[in-house]
Amino acid sequence: MISPTSKKPDVRLRKGQIIIGKWHKRQYQVIRLLGSGAIGTVYLCLYQNRKVALKMSIQSAAITSEVNVLKSFQAVQGHHLGPALIDVDDYVTSAGHHYAFYIMEYISGDTLTSFINQNGNQWLSPLLLGLVKDLEVLHKQGYVFGDLKLENLIVARNPAKLRWVDVGGTTWKGRAIKEYTEFYDRAYWGCGTRKADAGYDLFALAMVILRVYYPDGFARGQNPRKTLRQKIDQAVDIEPLKHLLKQLVDQTFHEAGQVHRFLLTHAMKRQTTRAKQVQPINEPLYPVVEMIGVLTVGAGYCLYLML
Amino acid sequence: MKAGNLKQILLITDGCSNQGENPAMVASLVAEQGITVNVIGILEDTQSEQPEGLEEVEDVAVNGRGVSQIVYQQALTQTVQTVTKQAMTETLQGVVNHELKHILGQETTIEELPPEQRGEVMEVVDELGETCSLEVLVLVDTSASMANKLLAVQEALIDLSISMNARMGDNRFAVYQFPGRKKPIQQLVDWTSRLDSISSIFSKISSGGITPTGPALKEAMYQFGKKSLRRRFRKDDLSNIEEA
Ligand SMILES: Nc1ncnc2c1ncn2[C@@H]1O[C@H](COP(=O)(O)OP(=O)(O)OP(=O)(O)O)[C@@H](O)[C@H]1O
Repeated sequence: MISPTSKKPDVRLRKGQIIIGKWHKRQYQVIRLLGSGAIGTVYLCLYQNRKVALKMSIQSAAITSEVNVLKSFQAVQGHHLGPALIDVDDYVTSAGHHYAFYIMEYISGDTLTSFINQNGNQWLSPLLLGLVKDLEVLHKQGYVFGDLKLENLIVARNPAKLRWVDVGGTTWKGRAIKEYTEFYDRAYWGCGTRKADAGYDLFALAMVILRVYYPDGFARGQNPRKTLRQKIDQAVDIEPLKHLLKQLVDQTFHEAGQVHRFLLTHAMKRQTTRAKQVQPINEPLYPVVEMIGVLTVGAGYCLYLML
Repeated sequence: MKAGNLKQILLITDGCSNQGENPAMVASLVAEQGITVNVIGILEDTQSEQPEGLEEVEDVAVNGRGVSQIVYQQALTQTVQTVTKQAMTETLQGVVNHELKHILGQETTIEELPPEQRGEVMEVVDELGETCSLEVLVLVDTSASMANKLLAVQEALIDLSISMNARMGDNRFAVYQFPGRKKPIQQLVDWTSRLDSISSIFSKISSGGITPTGPALKEAMYQFGKKSLRRRFRKDDLSNIEEA
């Protein structure tokens, strides 16, 4: 009844290789690798002289789930929630193995950390405002993003805007979060459940900001909540932001709208403090442990193996 | 919508069995009873990823129609919930594939459908995964070499309970260790819906060098209650799938 955990080999696409979809017969030429994670690998490709991103995975079911989410995002008019979906198809290798893939809009830009390091932390407020606005729309649609983390955010240019990629964690409200990363996970820090609600994303949002200040993360320690407060106090140099982060990890905000209003109120105030560069605090021992964690969440990424 | 009831044994070990029946054989027996056997092998920090003594792990899981993974103890927490969820999805996909065969009258798996239809079917699988009830019997190897890993095991089980209880479906967990003092297995936590508050459950560690994995698995199978054995997804569970 159940096909055994099939031993389909991992797939690697070569630069210059042409991928033709089994169903729709469109042709994509591989330019280069963009990144790879636990679920799949993303390549920059050329399609009719346009740059697009191709995500392929050995886990067909995971691809299908992400496509479902991206499709439902298309329904929201005039608002770009995540990259636009362009095509869904299967790639058949010469050995006859099938790999599901989808084609999406290519989002070029920087990581949030490098953007802030180059341009200063006065950019945090406007970038966050945009992101929180998107979260608000997403939540109104009945979804929670789930796996919100630095790696899944890109600062697109002109105008500078935080966009998210990788919708693999997107979950209906009220259900169990599909995919998460320990450092950004509310339950890991003992600050709530793993059930999808707006607060789950807001907690992760706080951790995204903290991660800009602590690029290598930090361990949770004996008393995780206390650790969080200390880390916020030690590194965050903008008073309102410090205040906001504490409220986010304490889960006193339940709606993205509240965060939006908070940010607006403070961003619009005439500032007398001068803008400073973020001083990264390195804690070199931690990332190893965390990396392993991140790898496994996905390595199995729960739900979905092969059919 | 009502979904079925999934049953799993989660075996956590750091070595090979050395007594009693062949565990892979027992696992296939257990799987025949509609209980999936998942196996997590824990590596010693000093061990390479090419582990000795853990060859059996994959073999047992394949025969138990479950999922296996070999990890260092730091990654145990995420692995336990990943393996559990993954096995759930595989079982549910199997059920749905089976149903597809009925509808389409031929051997068709989800993967063979055109992408458009595949999406709809995956939503059904997701839905079932969220709503089905789940019974997990955790079977922990407590031979001497496991002593320094049991705290990590306990933490992982607490986290598993948090993850699973975020779902809408019901959960039941039980924790057993093996070998027991006189029996193949020893109950540590009786069937319960939450493991959030367990603490120091692994107090009695056997010091002998015996790892009777096969007999332990067989005994674990009987802890699911006699009446539920031999019962798999029924027709009426399947008819609910179509409504979705
Ligand atoms: N549409 C896109 N445009 C530009 N870059 C992208 C796009 N999608 C993904 N990437 C890049 O590829 C990387 C990997 O993609 P993605 O996060 O989707 O993979 P994954 O396997 O789901 O990883 P994860 O382990 O985070 O779940 C991203 O971190 C990002 O840098």
